[in-house]
Amino acid sequence: MTGKDLPALSIADLQSLLRDREISPREVLEALRARIEAVDGEIDAYLSLDFEAAAKEAEKANVNLPLGGVPIAIKDIINVAGQPCSCASKILRGYRAPYDAAVIRKLRAAGAIPFGKTNMDEFAMGSSTENSAMKLTRNPWDLSRVPGGSSGGSAAAVAANEAFGALGTETGGSIRQPAALSGVVGLKPTYGRVSRFGVVAFASSLDQVGPLTKTVRDSALIMNAIAGHDRQETTSLNEPVPDYTAQLGKDLRGFRLGLAKEYMIEGTDPQVKTAINAAVKHMNSLGAEIVDVSLPHTDYATAVYYILATAEASANLARFDGVRYGYRAENPKDLLDFYGRTRGEGFGLEVKRRIILGTYVLSSGYYDAYYLRAQKVRELVRQDFAKAFEKVDALISPTSPVPAFKFGERTADPLQMYLADIFTSPANLAGICGISVPCGFADADGQRLPLGLQLLGKALDEARILQIAHAYEQTTDWHKARPSITAEKETAKKKE
Amino acid sequence: MAKTSDLDVAYAARLARINLTDEETELFQKQLGDVLKYAEKLCEVDVSNVEAAAHALPIFNVFREDAPRDWFTAQQALSNAPRRANGLFIVPKVVE
Repeated sequence: MTGKDLPALSIADLQSLLRDREISPREVLEALRARIEAVDGEIDAYLSLDFEAAAKEAEKANVNLPLGGVPIAIKDIINVAGQPCSCASKILRGYRAPYDAAVIRKLRAAGAIPFGKTNMDEFAMGSSTENSAMKLTRNPWDLSRVPGGSSGGSAAAVAANEAFGALGTETGGSIRQPAALSGVVGLKPTYGRVSRFGVVAFASSLDQVGPLTKTVRDSALIMNAIAGHDRQETTSLNEPVPDYTAQLGKDLRGFRLGLAKEYMIEGTDPQVKTAINAAVKHMNSLGAEIVDVSLPHTDYATAVYYILATAEASANLARFDGVRYGYRAENPKDLLDFYGRTRGEGFGLEVKRRIILGTYVLSSGYYDAYYLRAQKVRELVRQDFAKAFEKVDALISPTSPVPAFKFGERTADPLQMYLADIFTSPANLAGICGISVPCGFADADGQRLPLGLQLLGKALDEARILQIAHAYEQTTDWHKARPSITAEKETAKKKE
Repeated sequence: MAKTSDLDVAYAARLARINLTDEETELFQKQLGDVLKYAEKLCEVDVSNVEAAAHALPIFNVFREDAPRDWFTAQQALSNAPRRANGLFIVPKVVE
């Protein structure tokens, strides 16, 4: 298959070529490998690659399956049997997954090929991927900027055409925010919609797995494969899974979209505001009615989130004790020294910071003041959404208040970094679904930086937000733009 | 709500079984102090008639059949252990 830039294709377009036998799964994998070899030196989206195992899968791939022969990149927090699963942490360096996570089993059953693990903030704690203990991932649109996080490797890989699609995870926005900052589509499913079995836990009442893709249709295709009940996961919802592509292409007449004034806050970049206002007008021109709504507890969501997420993390990360897996301190004085040094030396700064905050808010005398109060305010955030969804089908907002920021710009002040989640974490607290789609560009120092439009839907309403996002995407050109990467410009020069 | 000055990073780190350097303790004391100060805004909210939400969606009493199934072998479970011998995890001596 010549004359076509294979790695630039969407999953849907790739599949029609595979099914028409114009290309083989082996050729797809080879083209992707060549692309990664050409550009990943600059982007550093991947932590590990296993093309040998992937080639074997490709040889026997059945292209008639829903994702038959399609390589999918996997965030390094999801266990893929035989591959490393480091969570970008020193404490799990060298760890090899002994089994497949439920989402990997489902992807394989749908014919997809997991071939590589993507970089992330250590244990998914961060909004820039700068907290990786392994390496920095650069934003393909501007190499001096972050790709967002924590699923920054997955977002950058898709944006740089180094992946046809990827899995990420989010706890407070870690799929949607990097999708927005890197110019791709990111979906956070409803809490319980996708099994977390085999996904390293960060905050169990918030964590979800979801796709990062080039198009909304591709997002629906991956959701078709990964959504559904799992008897090994007690929070998994036992609800039927619709065909998420079924509503795509239907128009928006009769839809009501809510615009919350609390999501147009001071500190939002003016270029973000302009893009969102234009997107709202565009939705209106597609037939959707725009309705003002209020989510009065939005301003408290970040505080609630950082109390609950750190509290849950402090318990979940207790398992890293140097006994069963991972890093272990040598020559301890006694048992306390063994645990204390293993964890002190094995965890990075942000992870230690959060475990300590979580331990404090759960400790005797402070539990009621912080943890219990935060859980009550969480309920109020949930009720805000429930009331809004009585009036509207979906909510519309920016995904992030700012476009991609420079390396180091926010690392000195954790609170500033935490506020990057301000528009995304409320949905995790309420358990509802949300999607980010490209909606324009900001200009920063002469560079074009992608912006994301967020649509939030009520629980289990993924099909509807996909439909709205698709209608927007298909009548705009934002998703067609791709960053130009220096390595490929150089290759092109050599050819001349 | 507790005053942020109550935060003792060294004490919380001991509870969390994490040895911190002096620099880390000092840095976290300041940074987490800022985060807790920010969290004080939750005191403004009237929560007197609100039930705490442990989970966003109500799922209760999840049962499945207590039936055996294939899972990893002892060798697989031990495959990532920093130290192992005779099919066991090796840990430092904890009883004198």
